[in-house]
Amino acid sequence: MTAALVQLTAAQAGARVRARELDPRELFEAYRQRAATDELNAFTWVAEAPAAAGPSPADAPLGGVPVAVKDLFCTEGVPSQAGSRILEGYRPPYSATVVERLTRAGAPLLGKTNQDEFAMGSSTENSGFGPARNPWDRARVPGGSSGGSAAAVAAGLAPWAIGTDTGGSIRQPAALCGVVGFKPTYGACSRYGMIAFASSLDQAGPLTRDVTDAALLFGQMVGRDPRDSTSLKFPEPVRLPHADSLRGFRLGIPEELTGTEGGVEPGVRDAFDRSLELAEKLGAAIEPCRLPHAPHALSAYYLIAPAEASANLARFDGVRYGLRVDGEADLLTMYSRTRAAGFGLEVKRRIMLGTYALSSGYYEAYYGTAQKVRTRIAQDLHAVFERFDLIATPTSPWTAFELGAKLGDPLQMYLNDFCTVPMSLAGIPAISIPCGLSDGLPVGFQLAGPAFSENRLFEAAFALERAIGYDGSPARG
Amino acid sequence: MLDRDQVLHVARLARLELSGEELERMASELSHVLDHIEKISELDLSDVPPTSHVVDAATPLRRDEPEPCLPREVVLAGAPEPVGDGFGVPSPGAAPA
Amino acid sequence: MTEARPVVEGANHTVAAADGYEPVIGLEIHVQLSTRTKMFCGCEIRFGERPNTHTCPVCLGLPGALPVVNERAVIFAAMIGLAFGSDVARRSLFHRKNYFYPDSPKGYQISQYDEPLCRGGRLGDVRIHRVHLEEDAAKLEHISASGRIHGSERSVVDFNRCGTPLVEIVTEPDLRTPEQAREWLTLLRATLRALGVSDVDMSQGSLRVDANVSVRRAGSRELGTKTELKNMNSFRFLERGLRAEIDRQLGVVRAGLTVEQETLHFDPASGRLTTLRSKEEAHDYRYFPEPDLMPLEVGDELLQAARSAIPELPAQRAARFEHDLGLSAGRARELAFRGELGDYFERVVAAADAAPAPELANWIPLLVERIGSDTDPAGSRVAPEGLAALAAMVSRRELSRDAARTVLSRMVEIGGDPSSLAEREGLLALPGGDGQLAELVERAIAQDPGAAEQVRANNMKAIGPLVGYVMRETKGRADGGEVRRLILERLAPH
Ligand SMILES: [Mg+2]
Ligand SMILES: [Zn+2]
Repeated sequence: MTAALVQLTAAQAGARVRARELDPRELFEAYRQRAATDELNAFTWVAEAPAAAGPSPADAPLGGVPVAVKDLFCTEGVPSQAGSRILEGYRPPYSATVVERLTRAGAPLLGKTNQDEFAMGSSTENSGFGPARNPWDRARVPGGSSGGSAAAVAAGLAPWAIGTDTGGSIRQPAALCGVVGFKPTYGACSRYGMIAFASSLDQAGPLTRDVTDAALLFGQMVGRDPRDSTSLKFPEPVRLPHADSLRGFRLGIPEELTGTEGGVEPGVRDAFDRSLELAEKLGAAIEPCRLPHAPHALSAYYLIAPAEASANLARFDGVRYGLRVDGEADLLTMYSRTRAAGFGLEVKRRIMLGTYALSSGYYEAYYGTAQKVRTRIAQDLHAVFERFDLIATPTSPWTAFELGAKLGDPLQMYLNDFCTVPMSLAGIPAISIPCGLSDGLPVGFQLAGPAFSENRLFEAAFALERAIGYDGSPARG
Repeated sequence: MLDRDQVLHVARLARLELSGEELERMASELSHVLDHIEKISELDLSDVPPTSHVVDAATPLRRDEPEPCLPREVVLAGAPEPVGDGFGVPSPGAAPA
Repeated sequence: MTEARPVVEGANHTVAAADGYEPVIGLEIHVQLSTRTKMFCGCEIRFGERPNTHTCPVCLGLPGALPVVNERAVIFAAMIGLAFGSDVARRSLFHRKNYFYPDSPKGYQISQYDEPLCRGGRLGDVRIHRVHLEEDAAKLEHISASGRIHGSERSVVDFNRCGTPLVEIVTEPDLRTPEQAREWLTLLRATLRALGVSDVDMSQGSLRVDANVSVRRAGSRELGTKTELKNMNSFRFLERGLRAEIDRQLGVVRAGLTVEQETLHFDPASGRLTTLRSKEEAHDYRYFPEPDLMPLEVGDELLQAARSAIPELPAQRAARFEHDLGLSAGRARELAFRGELGDYFERVVAAADAAPAPELANWIPLLVERIGSDTDPAGSRVAPEGLAALAAMVSRRELSRDAARTVLSRMVEIGGDPSSLAEREGLLALPGGDGQLAELVERAIAQDPGAAEQVRANNMKAIGPLVGYVMRETKGRADGGEVRRLILERLAPH
């Protein structure tokens, strides 16, 4: 029974609860048990029972289907550590707006998922609580930073999950784990209560088994929040997709993000090309296009994000919460040792990089220049969207790699974000759907559109998903 | 290129104590990353405005009306050094112990 | 308005002038705005309450919390800009100013940097450089280390104040003397108070002043190396601190040395200046645009709201007192720069029928002298109608000036109307025409014939003892002017 239950997509399970054919407590318990015996280190905390505060599941839009939440969302009274030792055991006095919205819509909190510390990483190896593993091959990484969420959904430990995406942190782990990952338009979902990495880039989004679940979950996350000054009113209702063709879709293929000079593995390129053929058969008009500044996106990103992070992480100082080391020493020593002990190597690297990029005498050369490149990238995309409805690229240049394989070389690790970072810099929505396997490992197909084109994006991804016919269930055995 | 002294200076700005070994490693890694990143300085970006926010909108303004505050016990619950009603810290400017 | 005047005390400045050096002073003023809630969160602003009872995730800098701009703070800041005649930017930006300190919960202060809300303008003789919005820090209290054998001294942080809206006002270096700085600050304080945007109480920290000080050869257009003098928390300390620093710098340049750029603290108890930071230790604030806030846009509606909330300002009021009511420039400023005195004065003018305004104005300092300079006369026992009546009695010669002062003292003590007080205390003037005064004048001349002789010889100084005799005899009830007139009439060579 339990095995059958977890085969259902979230939308299917929710529909049964709403039809009063399924007891939501039974559903919750089935997942709770799986999450509690997680061998992937996908969870950092698992709930005992659904929180008492939620609505009656049978009457709620999400039907009581529990949701796994990335560690860096604040959840009242529940550990919220952003994958960092500096926040070990931290239980915030409030919940993130997005989490509150999901609870109110009838998706109780199942647990908190593992991640790269403060979302800095592409493998979840940078977690202060040990790396998460890929359910397709436990010797491999699940991607990151929302690796715990992706692994949990792929392994059927959670019906669905939310993560955050700054430069690809939802899409890339979704691709490496063979699930759907969606990064909304910047401002579509509130950032209030999301422990910040890079404020001008961070967005919350769903990781789900299929496109319908992604649209369903996103529909309850979206909306302007008076507590987040950068959140915006979504211009139309979010619809569940049902397209069975891609007729009328003009699909641009940016040469800069799909060629092997960007490091795209041949197996990944093959799976991508096969999906393009399917898209064409579905009626899409496919043409190459250019994003001339896209090759510089990574450089701009690795200046802007660390710069913002260097300020966002200054609040972890051993004064009000979290770790403190050497409190008996003088202030400077207490600060420096607390932060040295609490932050992992990658976080220190980025704080250093960001601090340097903003420091006196270097601002213009680094941060200022990066912001101009950001303008160029947004302009490139804008120009492309005058001719095309959407663009498509592989999500990640490669499939899941072995633990430790890229840890020694930060630049190699940063290349994970090669195809996902331009959309982040421009603030536009992008979705990754599984598009087959390469050497037995999932490959992700990324679609991106102009700001607030979410409904179009879901329609196209839905039609393509049907045509690809990918079924990730082996990993949920 | 970042030398050891620059790394030390930046680490101090960032309030990060680095061991000698970490310092060396950081200097070489950051230099390596910066070498790559610095290619953007070759782009012609004259007349390009910087983008600090991707959304072109004004910041919303909040009415000046009070909202409930957190209870003091909750505020101090996670304090590493609660002292009376406040947060204890080493005094700024006090001599190193 | 504040033309540089010679300095009364502090001989150094006269020497400085002879030396050919002049001080150059610019001020940076932080003003707490009197909004109900904080700059970026809905916590109510309350001072003097139990520590850490007015905080929330935003002002505590908890992970994940985000700022939202308080509309009234923007309106208040725009009002200040409009009052200075500044350009109020339709679009300005918030920046992060990064520094670690226990009073800064986020590790940065949200402030404005190269695109502030207001630029330019002036107040009095001093040009305004800029006006921008930011947030206040928390309060740090030092506690004694007694009982601690090991380890450092401790401080305790209270976040109730943290996030209070601040406006930072930066002047151009247009001030030349400590007195001028002090008087200009009086005008600024009165202006802010009239705007109703702040309590502007230096002792409570709602008005905080830093000064940039340099010296240069008089007539030079270049500025010397400046030092920054931090946080002088009273008008008096400001003046003393400035004087001490100017003297120090003059000493340095006279010795042929150069002034080093540094940040200094003035200790009013010892009168000593101590270095807080040298140039080498200067902060690197790593300003960058605050990604959590979009640009601040000031629309027509908000600007109109700010404009219509501006009342008559002290400088305008001083001009009106001077030109419409005929007060001296000094008296006009004295009353206008302390809003409560100006208000009270206007009520006295409204209550008076006959007495001219300058005459009425003269009574205000006399009243202030009696109630204490920190008290609002509106809260005293002396009603404006009473003071008007008192002035009227004097101008009708029903009360001598001296007697009127005594009556005023009684009014301050017990209240009541001046005529019944004067009557009860037997202070009513002796009318000159009924012969009683004339008789006293005769007696005065008779008991000091020498003085009378000198007055006859046109030595007017000698009239003093004669007038004094009559005043003594009448216990001050006689009108001194009338007595003088009678003596001269009696002794005039016919
Ligand atoms: Mg300031
Ligand atoms: Zn607050």
